[in-house]
Amino acid sequence: MTNEAILLGLAGVLVTAAPMIFAVIGETISERAGVINLSMNGTILLTAMGGFAVCVQTGSLLWGFLAGMLIGAFVALIVAFGSITLKQNQVAIGFVLALVCRDLAYFIGNPYMGLEGQRLPGLDIPILSDIPVIGPLFFSHDLMTYLSYLIIPLAWVWIYRTRPGLMLQGIGEKPAAAFVRGANVNRLRYFYTVLGGAIIGLAGPIYSLSVKAGWKGTISGLDGLGWIALAITIFGGWNPIRAAFGVYLFAFLQWLGLVLQPSLPGVPSQVLQVAPFPLMIMALLLVNIGNTEWVARTLAMLPVPLRHFFVRLLRALRASPPGALGTPFDSE
Amino acid sequence: MTRQRWITLAFQFGALVLALGFTTLILLATETDPWQAYKYIIIGSIGSLRKFSDVLVSFIPLLLVSSGLLVTFSAGLWNIGVEGQITLGAIATTWVLRLLQGSSLPPGVIIALAILAGMLGGAAWACLAGALKTYGGVNEIFGGLGLNFVATALTLWLIFGPWKRPGIGSMSGTEPFPDSLWMPMIPGLRLSPWALGIGVLFIILIYFLMKGTHFGLRIKAVGKNIKAAYLHGVPTTRYLMLAFLLGGGLAGLTGAIQVTAVYHRLIPSISSGYGFLGLLVAMLVNYQALWVAPVAMFFAALNIGSIQLPIVLKLDSTLSGVLQGVLVLFVMLMDGIRQKITKRWGGGS
Repeated sequence: MTNEAILLGLAGVLVTAAPMIFAVIGETISERAGVINLSMNGTILLTAMGGFAVCVQTGSLLWGFLAGMLIGAFVALIVAFGSITLKQNQVAIGFVLALVCRDLAYFIGNPYMGLEGQRLPGLDIPILSDIPVIGPLFFSHDLMTYLSYLIIPLAWVWIYRTRPGLMLQGIGEKPAAAFVRGANVNRLRYFYTVLGGAIIGLAGPIYSLSVKAGWKGTISGLDGLGWIALAITIFGGWNPIRAAFGVYLFAFLQWLGLVLQPSLPGVPSQVLQVAPFPLMIMALLLVNIGNTEWVARTLAMLPVPLRHFFVRLLRALRASPPGALGTPFDSE
Repeated sequence: MTRQRWITLAFQFGALVLALGFTTLILLATETDPWQAYKYIIIGSIGSLRKFSDVLVSFIPLLLVSSGLLVTFSAGLWNIGVEGQITLGAIATTWVLRLLQGSSLPPGVIIALAILAGMLGGAAWACLAGALKTYGGVNEIFGGLGLNFVATALTLWLIFGPWKRPGIGSMSGTEPFPDSLWMPMIPGLRLSPWALGIGVLFIILIYFLMKGTHFGLRIKAVGKNIKAAYLHGVPTTRYLMLAFLLGGGLAGLTGAIQVTAVYHRLIPSISSGYGFLGLLVAMLVNYQALWVAPVAMFFAALNIGSIQLPIVLKLDSTLSGVLQGVLVLFVMLMDGIRQKITKRWGGGS
């Protein structure tokens, strides 16, 4: 491979990762507030279809993206209403919505299948795009890719460096304590779940109006992406920067799979496409195993220098979910 | 007490009406005559003996996989890896059939061994998700999801690689097995009475297992409150693994039936989404084994009935999925509303 081709491939990785970045950041924000939005796989499909259909109808890309955000926010609102107001199981509601939204996307999207649609135009950033290597790699993509760079530090700063962000951590970690300090826990949870849903809702239109432009029903190749995004959220340890790293790593591995395929003729392309999954399971295992009891017990039996090494290693990898993730809050 | 049951029933009926109302709105929005759509679904599912036998063909895997999910649900587990467990069951069954199809064993024995292998395959895949959860701290939802994708990749690799048809592998699956290795069929129909028998047998077994045995009670105790069960001396890890083992075994059996009684070969989408649909059934019946069969029958009828839609009305057949999912969603939401209302009444008096 020439350097040129590698550069082009890596630039492609950044573009294809953009929708996933929005999905993972949106889910991270929602889960930080204590609400799992398991509907993501369906939401991405429905917003991809909806964004594309609205764009075809109105002729406006902006309306397409806004429609995606609205649909994502609405689905999240159902999750919030079911789990916060009605105290039903979050996982159950989200899972059902994942299936309903997927089938709705295929059903409603049927007449839009294969239609010619608009595509988000490229937008080279002046001056920056002229820098050799860095320019073509980072700064000659489209608007949504640039926004995907921006939302990562933005979410990080919001969660870790601002007052409302501190409150966000509180309602997900120790809602009772946050309540005592004057937070309206359930209203804030509604807000962040819907906000997260709106951000997730951008992922679909980015696919259907840019990365994989068009709507092709079941062969759009979008089914399953939401489940991957959920796994990456966990891998990211509910930290936007670590989550974004997971997204880029995943996109990079999929690209690598495509690149390596010609040199591995016996392996069908479908296998290489899913190659990141076993790695993902391994990653989840590494992230979580430090939390289990038997590991703690085994570590206690090791000689001291070895124990210190492993404890430090596991602690560096470990990620614990927000303390109140998935549990309803009652102020009574 | 009876009054409360009536209220619950009224709310569930309300959920059904709302679900139908929602689907009707969607149909109206896509400029279709809803009555036409519903009429074709009904005709397409119970319009003739042949159609109804097709409903039964779809009912069997749904019944089996849902009864297995009842066990994992009762243990408080979200066995989303069930799709992969069906797939691994199908793979193991195909493997044994391929291995023994040239041997001198009687076909009945070969089929029985293949089905057994399928159950083991599904159980093993479930135990993998179980071990990841109990020993690795990986939530079963995420472990299971990852394993689903791995199972699909494994199927594709086998179909296009080692098990490919003479010549070139294709998405139509592996070379079909000879008739002698098919489960006996009713002449002229796609239905195997043996498969139906197995399905009915296992839901009855699960019903009694969960209702009347020590094992079932302990599984439920683990599901209700794992810490309390542990403190009361239930070996919780073992019971969680047993729940995975049973649930996965039944999912594997589902895959085995799809290979031996329906497709007679391994195809890329062998699980056909029955795993996720089974999760909906299990959620809808809310741990009551008694209701699995009627709900699974209703869902199967919707599945088969909607096959007509693309042909006669140019609609996508996922309408059945919308109706099934929305029904479960409204049942859950209505249940939440009912609890909120009765709580308010209880608090007031």
